[in-house]
Amino acid sequence: MKIVTVRRLSQVFFFTVFIWFCIVTTQGTRWWQLRGWPVNLFLRLDPLVAIGTILSTHRLYAPLLWALVTVVLTILFGRFFCGWVCPFGALHQFVGFLGNRKKPLAKRLQLNKYRKAQCIKYFVLIFFLASAAVPMLGWAWLQTGLLDPIPLVTRSINLTLLPIVDSLTGTISATPRYYQGACLVLGLFFAALFLNLLIPRFYCRFICPLGALLAILSRFAIWRIGKNTSECSNCKLCEKACEGACEPASQIKISECVLCLNCLDSCKDNVISYQPMPSLAGEVTNPDISRRGFILSLTSGVFAVPAVRLAGKLADNWPHKLIRPPGALSEAEFLKRCLKCGQCIRICPTNVLQPAGIEFGMEALWTPVLNNRIGTSGCQLNCTACSYVCPTAAIRPITLSEKLGLGEFAEAGPIRIGTAFVDRSRCLPWAMDKPCIVCQENCPLSPKAIYTEEVFNTVRDGSLAVKKISALKIETVEKIMQPGKFATGDYYCAAGESKRAKITSNTENSIELAPNAALEKTLGIGDKIEVQVRLQRPHVDIEKCIGCGVCQHECPVSGKRAIRVSADGETRNPERKILLDT
Amino acid sequence: MTEQGNENFPRRAFLARAAKAGACVSGACAAAYLLYDSKGPVPASKKQQLVTLPDFSVPAEPGRSMCIATGPDRKQTFNKAIDSLGGIERFVKTGDTVLIKPNVAFATPPMLGATANPQLVAQVARLCYSRGNAKRVIVTDNSINDPASCFQLSGIGTAARQAGAEILLPKPTLFAHTTLSGGELIRNWPILYGPFEKVDKVIGITPVKDHHRSGASMTMKNWYGLLGGRRNIFHQNINTIIAELAMMVRPTFVVLDGTQVMMTNGPTGGSVSDLRRTNTIIVSTDQVAADSFGATLLDLTPSDLPYLRKAQAGGAGTTDYKSLKPVIAEVAG
Repeated sequence: MKIVTVRRLSQVFFFTVFIWFCIVTTQGTRWWQLRGWPVNLFLRLDPLVAIGTILSTHRLYAPLLWALVTVVLTILFGRFFCGWVCPFGALHQFVGFLGNRKKPLAKRLQLNKYRKAQCIKYFVLIFFLASAAVPMLGWAWLQTGLLDPIPLVTRSINLTLLPIVDSLTGTISATPRYYQGACLVLGLFFAALFLNLLIPRFYCRFICPLGALLAILSRFAIWRIGKNTSECSNCKLCEKACEGACEPASQIKISECVLCLNCLDSCKDNVISYQPMPSLAGEVTNPDISRRGFILSLTSGVFAVPAVRLAGKLADNWPHKLIRPPGALSEAEFLKRCLKCGQCIRICPTNVLQPAGIEFGMEALWTPVLNNRIGTSGCQLNCTACSYVCPTAAIRPITLSEKLGLGEFAEAGPIRIGTAFVDRSRCLPWAMDKPCIVCQENCPLSPKAIYTEEVFNTVRDGSLAVKKISALKIETVEKIMQPGKFATGDYYCAAGESKRAKITSNTENSIELAPNAALEKTLGIGDKIEVQVRLQRPHVDIEKCIGCGVCQHECPVSGKRAIRVSADGETRNPERKILLDT
Repeated sequence: MTEQGNENFPRRAFLARAAKAGACVSGACAAAYLLYDSKGPVPASKKQQLVTLPDFSVPAEPGRSMCIATGPDRKQTFNKAIDSLGGIERFVKTGDTVLIKPNVAFATPPMLGATANPQLVAQVARLCYSRGNAKRVIVTDNSINDPASCFQLSGIGTAARQAGAEILLPKPTLFAHTTLSGGELIRNWPILYGPFEKVDKVIGITPVKDHHRSGASMTMKNWYGLLGGRRNIFHQNINTIIAELAMMVRPTFVVLDGTQVMMTNGPTGGSVSDLRRTNTIIVSTDQVAADSFGATLLDLTPSDLPYLRKAQAGGAGTTDYKSLKPVIAEVAG
């Protein structure tokens, strides 16, 4: 079998495995659902994830040790990951092949020439790593996930392509899933893909920060591509399909070589081989990082952090609608780890977890945020799925006991992700005198964090005068009632402060009372009566509410909800607490 | 396609081109004629394909419409109750497709009693197959919490599947609009209709639960789980909607599980301390009667629940359950 066939099989294999892991990142117990599949494998193998979090947190989170495999193999063998494993690289190669396969040889040679601009990816890498390592005031953040191909493609498949395909088939999820701002994710993904029509592997050659990192790591690779003899006809066929634009025909740029091995395959005279010896035509081992570019990208990386933080989103101007899932670290620590890979958003069984837009701060783009208007029901009480799937512990793994404050966590209490507030200007029982309390009913805590206060309010035009009384029926002087309106079981007839009887039916000028109150016996002709509605008005017990958002999700005022959760009082940022410690 | 100019432009080519142009012109005109809309948009049409749930009840037999059975074990108590009404064979015939509507509203474990008991659901399904010779048993509910999680965490999904039943999750395509004749609230409203297609018998299974808004959630309230859309607006008139649900669904029989009753913090519960053991299961062809008795398990009387009176007035059953001469049975513990 030809070596390029082996490489293609490897690419297809890893791409398939990758897609498979995206599909099985679904909660459930069937064999194709999440039940031990190593769905974070590619994110763990990604050394940019490991190095980025090391720079921002000064620790190597245990599962990310897998990146060492990639690092070691890259140091020894070069950028095999780009050419053989990376699912995004495989896509680029395939699209580039489709778009350029009919172009004449001269054109293809021109497309695969090394370009000076290929150094941009190193500056992208330096920019991101510098901002992850900003030493000042603990201000570091991790933004590699914006362009790191593994989080990028994970996010794109999880939040756009899979839900689009599944909305047509309905096999993965019973109800259609929604992701706010997903078209931006998709836009970046397709922009990266379509650039291959201009120049093959455009993203890999010019932008990819992971490729840049691996290029630097491959500086001392034991084996590399090169010419094994100086007797070369210089036919340039080796550069016809060169994926990395590393120019094997002349002085090969080792750092740009993605080990696609097309040169090996197309050389008729076996001049090119994968060998320990440097190419006999000479080789360029160092990545082309100019001193000026290095300093510029380093300083812009360092300054980007305080520049974005000028918005004050980590200070007093913190975004109160930014409700993070339970287990999320404090915001500053969270931003040092989150890859924006979307795994938590994908696994969330209720679909309440959403990719954030820039309204929560530039640095929060595509990080997970709860949107209680989307999905099947707020944050489910008995669920900790997102915390277990997070590859970097930006949402750290929590047990149900810890989430709910049970057992050994009883003293610490439950993890609050926010607090619900009743909007009394929109709530039906508060503002419109209509019975409701759906929020109270759905509060999943015991005892409930929402309790009610019973109020009897006289309805509009509800003050009436008694004209006649016969048994339980009271006729009124006024003929203004809408027939049947007060027969719902929620309306009462009141005379004075405490005397009240339930209304069972009414016409325009009469009401019928329920038998057991004996109110009719105390009334006389001409007495004033009032038609009152019995209301249960909801109150939030702020000491109990954990901010799960089920109340907000169920609130029948479906536009701007009449009970809304804000991040006030969240456990993860103690400085945002509302209550005094008791 | 490229064309080359020629001094002797052939007539044939000209005619061919003219014919194509003519075809395009007539195509454009025809499209304009066919699509022409002289009126412009009008307010959304009220006419919609409406569905109606059929009557799933079986012929009444005097003295065999309700059984109140007491016993600590749900399975045995239910067996006793159904047998004293003539056995499941009276209700489920060979080849029937049976739809079970348990309360699977919340994603909570079975021990908290907020959802129908999984063993009870499985037992009903099993009897439908083993003694009723049912062809197919379907279990469905439009849960409040995430449906897949509800069926999983409540244990009903696994238990029902083990009993051979099929779980239907509430996919959007399964909903259709209905209007209850004589109803004021259920008008052109989406319900979970899909599972009812080609169904012969319908069984409701639900626990007795406290419900802050309406007083109690029992077999009639259980049909709330068939409503789709933003059904929570019905809480403004909870008594009428529960009564109308009872009028809309004419089940074969209902099972009201009062083995453990949720006395407080309903309908979600959340703690075993919200539950009280009352060791009672009611099987009834009259859901209003079942709930009227069920009220007593919550220390209420039927008059405390206005929806019972409304349902009776709507012809869904009787609040005077004693008039049905319920069979009283006991299973020793």
